[in-house]
Amino acid sequence: MTAAVAPILPGSGIAAAPTLAVQDLCHWYGSGANRRQVLDRVSLTIRPGEVVLLTGPSGCGKTTLLTLVGALRQVMEGSVRLFDEELNGASRATRQRLRCSIGMIFQGHNLLRCLTAEQNVQMGADLLPGLGYRARRDCSREWLRKVGLGDQLDKLPHDLSGGQKQRVAIARALAAEPRLLLADEPTAALDSRTGREVVELLRGLARGQGCSVLMVTHDPRILDVADRLVRMEDGRLSEGLFQDPGPTGSVG
Amino acid sequence: MLERLWPSRRIPLAWLLLSRQPGRLAVALAGIAFAGILMFLQLGFRDGLFDASVTIHKLFDADLVLLSPRTMSSIAMAGFPRRRLVQVMGDPDVVGTTPVHWNFLLWRNPQTRTTRSILALGFEPSDPLFTDPALAPKAQVLSQQGRVLFDELSRPEFGPIAQWYRQGRTIDTEVAGKRVRVAGLVSLGPSFGADGNLLTSRETYLSLLPNTPPGSIELGLIRLRPGADSAAVAKRLKQKLPGDVAIFSKQGFVEFEKNYWRSSTAIGFIFSLGAAMGFVVGCVIVYQILHSDVSDHLPEYATLMAMGHPLPRLLGVVAREGLLLALFGYVPAWLAGQALYYLVRTGTKLPVVMDGPRALLVFAMVLIMCLGSALMAMRKLGDADPAEIF
Repeated sequence: MTAAVAPILPGSGIAAAPTLAVQDLCHWYGSGANRRQVLDRVSLTIRPGEVVLLTGPSGCGKTTLLTLVGALRQVMEGSVRLFDEELNGASRATRQRLRCSIGMIFQGHNLLRCLTAEQNVQMGADLLPGLGYRARRDCSREWLRKVGLGDQLDKLPHDLSGGQKQRVAIARALAAEPRLLLADEPTAALDSRTGREVVELLRGLARGQGCSVLMVTHDPRILDVADRLVRMEDGRLSEGLFQDPGPTGSVG
Repeated sequence: MLERLWPSRRIPLAWLLLSRQPGRLAVALAGIAFAGILMFLQLGFRDGLFDASVTIHKLFDADLVLLSPRTMSSIAMAGFPRRRLVQVMGDPDVVGTTPVHWNFLLWRNPQTRTTRSILALGFEPSDPLFTDPALAPKAQVLSQQGRVLFDELSRPEFGPIAQWYRQGRTIDTEVAGKRVRVAGLVSLGPSFGADGNLLTSRETYLSLLPNTPPGSIELGLIRLRPGADSAAVAKRLKQKLPGDVAIFSKQGFVEFEKNYWRSSTAIGFIFSLGAAMGFVVGCVIVYQILHSDVSDHLPEYATLMAMGHPLPRLLGVVAREGLLLALFGYVPAWLAGQALYYLVRTGTKLPVVMDGPRALLVFAMVLIMCLGSALMAMRKLGDADPAEIF
């Protein structure tokens, strides 16, 4: 089954079911003569707590893969098992429910302009079921503190720097306690030092939560934060070389 | 604490979307308030007109009323033979009748010497005319030839009659080119048809209008024995009387007049159309505001959808925006409506007041306007594709 194609990670042992198991995923855009294949029999497995970086030239289908894995798009062919639920043929409601357990970080920060940093993070915390208003608010403050913005609670996105906005976005994604974090070039709009800080923060916090990360990036300077590198070209995946000896080596 | 009472509370996104863009909010509220004011004003005029058109009608001391079938309204009263009232007296349930002459005459303003049309009622001073008992003693003076009672609520264009009269001045002026003297004041009120009123005796009336056909009157008041069934009497009289008179109950007389203004003239339609225009203008403004608000925030809505917020919750945000706009827009409209009604009352002496049903009606219209526009704007939210935001 899916476990057969999953690479055995050094040190990971026999963990629970994989967070994400993609098998023979194909996707096309357009129809008729204009039909163009963007994903060709893609298979990928991500285990709980694993940080996977996806690289490749632009237009190779990385973002399409993210939207399919993120339950934002209907799967056409192949299998995507997310938290042990099949996405192929899943209803709108199922996909929306699954999305509550996926954190998303975008190229742009995509913060709500009319909300303060704290309120933006709370839009993520509001997805948590069964928590009172105050608990969710305290949770938002806690996350902002963890990303180092404990003193910027009442700032509007407009008044924050690019790096700060991206950190608010990270806090917002993590406040919903996701099991999988999808990030699309989170460092694209940041300078190299800030980018590095943001990515390391992201990895540290995700690890702390036992949350898996799938990150698309072009930035060669941050490849070393990954447990595993995957390269995509012309809609096909190839398992990249291990940047580092193992997850233990990349921490810190 | 709010947190304890309402633990499932979320970030008030609708309120924040509106309030963090104060410029747009101000425009929206101004637009809604304007639409509300327009509706208040038009509906107020319309209802005020209908009420004002029967100011006099409500005062008559009558259970049944005779009119000419050619009469269409109080501004065009046709005559019918006075004999009919004598015939009516033959009915055992009828205890009294009053013949009334009714026409518009030219009144000369004693101060500016300009003339203006005034409603003149001529009756026998010893007969009851109005239910108000204050009239009977004043009517005594009318038995003198050339005396009139002036309505102190008449529009000021007729001259400062009431003021002069109270100062004890003798007021002589001309009505229909004949000399008359104001011998007292009554309090009746103007209507859309008549800017002012005066009462006089039958004798004086006929001298002012010498061409009145002999034995012709415009209105016949019939009073019934207490406890008499007015509908049955009306039916009986209708069978007995020839076709040159029409018989109404007093309420029917009031409705007949209102109905004239409502249906036979463009006025009711014009004011209703004016109110509808206010409604449409308001709809366009609110829709425009909400639509551009949704469009501007489409990526943000898509982000929220990508995060897992269900679409109905986001539609609820737009609906709440509409609701908030309705509530905040209605308050200034209501206040301005009160102020404008006051201006209309003092300026036109029309009975235009902010009554409960109209306040509710306009609120309902504003609510429908805002929620309907929100509903239209929600369709735009369907365009938010969370897959497009990566």
